[in-house]
Amino acid sequence: MKTVTVVGASLSGLYAARELRAQGFDGRLVVVGDEPHRPYDRPPLSKDFLTGRSGEDRLALSDAEETTELDAEWLLGVRARGLDARGRTVLLGDGRTVSTDGVIIATGASARRLPGCELAGVHTLRTLDDARALRAELGAGTRRVVVIGGGFIGAETASSCAGLGHDVTVVEAAPLPLVPQLGPEMAAVCAGLHRRGGVDLVTGTGVAGLRGTVAVTGVELADGRLLPADIVIVGIGAIPNTDWLAGSTLALHDGVLCDDGCVTALPQVVAVGDVARVGGTRAEHWTSATEQPRVAVRNLLAGHTAETVRPLPYFWSDQYGARIQFAGRRLDTDTVRIAEGGVTDGTPDEGGFLALYERDGRTTAVLSVDRPRPFMRARRELGRGVTVAEAAVS
Amino acid sequence: MIPVCRLDDLPAGESVRIDTTPPIAVFNADGELYAIDDTCTHQDASLSEGWLEGCLVECPLHAASFDLRTGRPTCLPARRAVRTHRVTVDDGIVHVHVAAEVVAVVASEEEGTAA
Repeated sequence: MKTVTVVGASLSGLYAARELRAQGFDGRLVVVGDEPHRPYDRPPLSKDFLTGRSGEDRLALSDAEETTELDAEWLLGVRARGLDARGRTVLLGDGRTVSTDGVIIATGASARRLPGCELAGVHTLRTLDDARALRAELGAGTRRVVVIGGGFIGAETASSCAGLGHDVTVVEAAPLPLVPQLGPEMAAVCAGLHRRGGVDLVTGTGVAGLRGTVAVTGVELADGRLLPADIVIVGIGAIPNTDWLAGSTLALHDGVLCDDGCVTALPQVVAVGDVARVGGTRAEHWTSATEQPRVAVRNLLAGHTAETVRPLPYFWSDQYGARIQFAGRRLDTDTVRIAEGGVTDGTPDEGGFLALYERDGRTTAVLSVDRPRPFMRARRELGRGVTVAEAAVS
Repeated sequence: MIPVCRLDDLPAGESVRIDTTPPIAVFNADGELYAIDDTCTHQDASLSEGWLEGCLVECPLHAASFDLRTGRPTCLPARRAVRTHRVTVDDGIVHVHVAAEVVAVVASEEEGTAA
C-alpha cells in the first residue's frame, strides 16, 4: 500500500493517521478535512470553551512536533465529494482527485437542523465555528435562551448558558430526556440537575416552529405555547456524513456499513468514528472514535478483517457542576439500584452516587454522578466481563 | 513545604488531593510516595481519583496515564506532562515541597500585578 487517504480530520481521523504510522505504514498519507482547522477536541466546546473558561489553544489534539512526525499531507478546508466504485480515487469539492490504495472514512456526523435555522440567533453546536459564533453572542449581555433537545449537548449547553447568567429553558419532546441512554429512573435523576441549575425543563412537547423574520424571537411548541427567545440552540442529534459516498459502491444506512472490524465491502476501505456503523451499531462516543482506529488500521494494512472491535460503550457528560459517567450495555428490562451514595428529592446528593444496572444477577452497566473512582473500578470490571456487584460495593 | 496528612492515613494504593493552586495529588504507590499536579493535562479531571497501578496513574475520565516519577504521560489522550513535587515524611507527617515554578505563579497571582 503506497498511499492511504484519511477522509475526515477530526478525532477519529487523527487517531487513524497516528495508528497508520504507529503500525508501520511509511507511504504517502493524505488527510482531507472539510473544516479549515487542524484536528481539535469537541467535548469542551459545549462546556469550558463556551463559558470562556478555556480558549482555543486547549482544544488542539496535536502539536507541531507530532504533525512533523506524522508526515501527512493535510488538505484542509476542502470537502470530499465522492469515492469511485473501486475505492481508489477520492474526489474533492474543489475538483482535485486523490489516487489512493487505501481509504479510511472518518467524516463524522453533522448537527441535525430544524426548518428556520437560517434565522439570526439560531445555533447548532457541533464545530469550532459553531461554538465561536455562539460564544460571541452569549457574551453580549443577558439573553433569553431556549435549548431544543435535552440530550447531552442540550443539557451541557444549557448548563453553560445558565452559568453565564442567561435565562434558560430546555425543551424536550420526550416525557424525560436521556431515557434511551439511562432508563427512566436514572434519567429522572439527571433531569433534576436542570432544576438544581436554575434551568426550566419543558418536556413532553415537540417544537412546532421558530418565530421571527430576520432574527429569532421565539419558539412555538406543539402544544401551542410560545417561548420568547433571543437565542435558540438546536441540539436534536446528528446525522452521519455519508452524502459524499452516494455514488460509491459502499452500503449506507445511517452510517457506512462495516463488519465488526470496521471493514466495508471493499477490503481497502475502512470506516471509524461517528460515521461508521460497525457490526450493526453506530456510536457517537468520543471513546469509540479513539478505540476503533487501531483495529481499522490493522485490518486495512492486513487486507482483511484480522481483528474485531467491541469496546465497552462509555460516555460522560459534565453539566451543572456534576460529572455523569456511564459504561456498559443496558436493556430496558434491566433493573437499576444505587450501590453507593444517594438521591434526595430527585437529584443526586452532594457526594453523588454510583448505580448498577442488573440482569439475572449480572451487572450490565454502571452509572455514576461525581463518583469517578468507584465508577472507574466498575467500568474496568465490566470491560473484563466480571460481575461487578461485589467489587463495586466493597 | 505543605503538610498533607499522617503517613498512617495514606496506605499503599491510596491517594490524597491537596487544595493548593493548582491542586496537587499525593500517592502511595506500593510504599513509595509521589506528588504530582492533580489535574489531567488533557481535560479537567482529578488524577487523585484515578487508577493507580505501580508507578502509573490512569485518569478516571479518558484513561490518559501518567508516570508518577516523571509526570510524563505514557499514553494518549494526554500529551503534556504534569508537574512533579518532592515528598518527605517528618515525624510521621507527609509533606509536599511544591515545585519552585508553582510557588512563583501563585505568588504573582496573589500580588495581583505583573512582575
